[in-house]
Amino acid sequence: MANYSTNEFKSGLKVMLEGDPCSILENEYVKPGKGQAFNRVKLRNLNTGRVWERTFKSGESLEGADVMEYDMEYLYTDGEFWYFMATDGSFDQHPADEKAVGETVKWLKEQEKYTVTLFNGAPISVTPPNFIVLEVTETDPGLKGDTAQGGSKPATLVTGAVVRVPLFVNIGDNLKIDTRTGDYVSRA
Amino acid sequence: MSIDASLWQPSAKIRNLRLRAEVLKQVRDFFAECNVLEVQTPVLGRAGSTDAYLSSMQSRCSGGGLSEPLDLYLQTSPEFHMKRLLAAGSGAIWQLATSFRNGEVSERHNPEFAMLEWYQPGYDLNDLMAEVQALISEVLEVDRFSCQSYRSLFRQHLEVDPFTSELSQLQRLSHDKTGITAEELDRDACCDLLMSSCIEPLLGRDEITFVIDYPASQAALAKVKTDDEGDQVAARFECYYRGIELANGYHELTDAAEQAQRFAEDNRQRKVLGLPEVTVDQYLVAALDSGIPECAGVALGFDRLLMLKAGADRLSDVISFSIDRA
Repeated sequence: MANYSTNEFKSGLKVMLEGDPCSILENEYVKPGKGQAFNRVKLRNLNTGRVWERTFKSGESLEGADVMEYDMEYLYTDGEFWYFMATDGSFDQHPADEKAVGETVKWLKEQEKYTVTLFNGAPISVTPPNFIVLEVTETDPGLKGDTAQGGSKPATLVTGAVVRVPLFVNIGDNLKIDTRTGDYVSRA
Repeated sequence: MSIDASLWQPSAKIRNLRLRAEVLKQVRDFFAECNVLEVQTPVLGRAGSTDAYLSSMQSRCSGGGLSEPLDLYLQTSPEFHMKRLLAAGSGAIWQLATSFRNGEVSERHNPEFAMLEWYQPGYDLNDLMAEVQALISEVLEVDRFSCQSYRSLFRQHLEVDPFTSELSQLQRLSHDKTGITAEELDRDACCDLLMSSCIEPLLGRDEITFVIDYPASQAALAKVKTDDEGDQVAARFECYYRGIELANGYHELTDAAEQAQRFAEDNRQRKVLGLPEVTVDQYLVAALDSGIPECAGVALGFDRLLMLKAGADRLSDVISFSIDRA
């Protein structure tokens, strides 16, 4: 991979740091009137999700990370891996382990498209679409006529996720959910 | 290359440009009252700043009435030309000078910026600090000031001494505070880093803070003297408000031979760092040689002063068109 100098750092650039692939979040140039310049950089470690803050001498460089994001369709799980298929026409299948799937496991629905991040060809993270439609498998019976306001109750979705929903929601309803917050949006 | 047409708009609100005009008038009145002459000097020069940590932009003048093309540097500050005026007997002078520093882009940097610079023959650093204080308190309406030495700040905030602590201790601290790979950093680099990351943000919270007695290695064009503890320090001050570096003042070096030596030393350092050498200002050396009055001078970031006056977060809020729109 190419090396990137601090003056090429920008949000979204993928670089290697201490053996881990990282995505640059922020890059601040710090320069006194007299004296050396530094770059104060925030990076997300793509393996752990943790945010690192590091300072570099201006002009220092880091090796680029072979990190690519692809749209992929979720196929199935065998309990150990979750299998995704490239939608670029290659039909390549990529097994993602528990660590790569992480929290997204509760939003995994067959034939839905996800963003899969590959590092050196292997999945390291899976990001769900911002909104996803999922069926309710378990909830208290709905209250007729209550369509506007008042209380909420828990509902279990087909993926196992539990979300707060309005009282009128019934088993078998399809719900639109915001995966970033886990909030109910509407009936679909 | 495609452009984003919406960037035709100025980066500063018109209200801030009005404020800018008001402050400029205030500054002009201030210097008129002190009998300091307003001057204008060229932005372009045959020689540039040799400072290894400043990068000059360059321009070429050719054709027309020129028999040979002329490679010219855009000034990083108006210092050289102004000192030549002092040597020619101008007396106290000031100007608001457009200055250029290559690559310096951040919320507090624009590669083209306005430098308010002035020189006072017969002044020492204390006289000049008092004048800086008077100007800033008038513009920013602050009346609280403090003054601390570079060494005392390191002792107070980091429990190390920038002059006498072991280099390895400064390196370890630099690493712990910022995550930098510190093994190759020299003493100056560690001090620059610790100063800008750990100390500067705390300076001038609700008062204007002057920092004095910088290590001699950071003297640039200031005289060097010995402090109370026997260490060589630069006769230089910096001025901070709300964590922002606002001004940098010197008791000016007047010795031509030493000036020539510092230029040469800078170029040696540039070579080591793999940076291009910069043409040395022989006119300045000749001017010092002919005799320049003992004087103190200061450069104040006019855009930053405006930023503080306007309560803005970014320099671009007070510059009509920041570099991304220029």
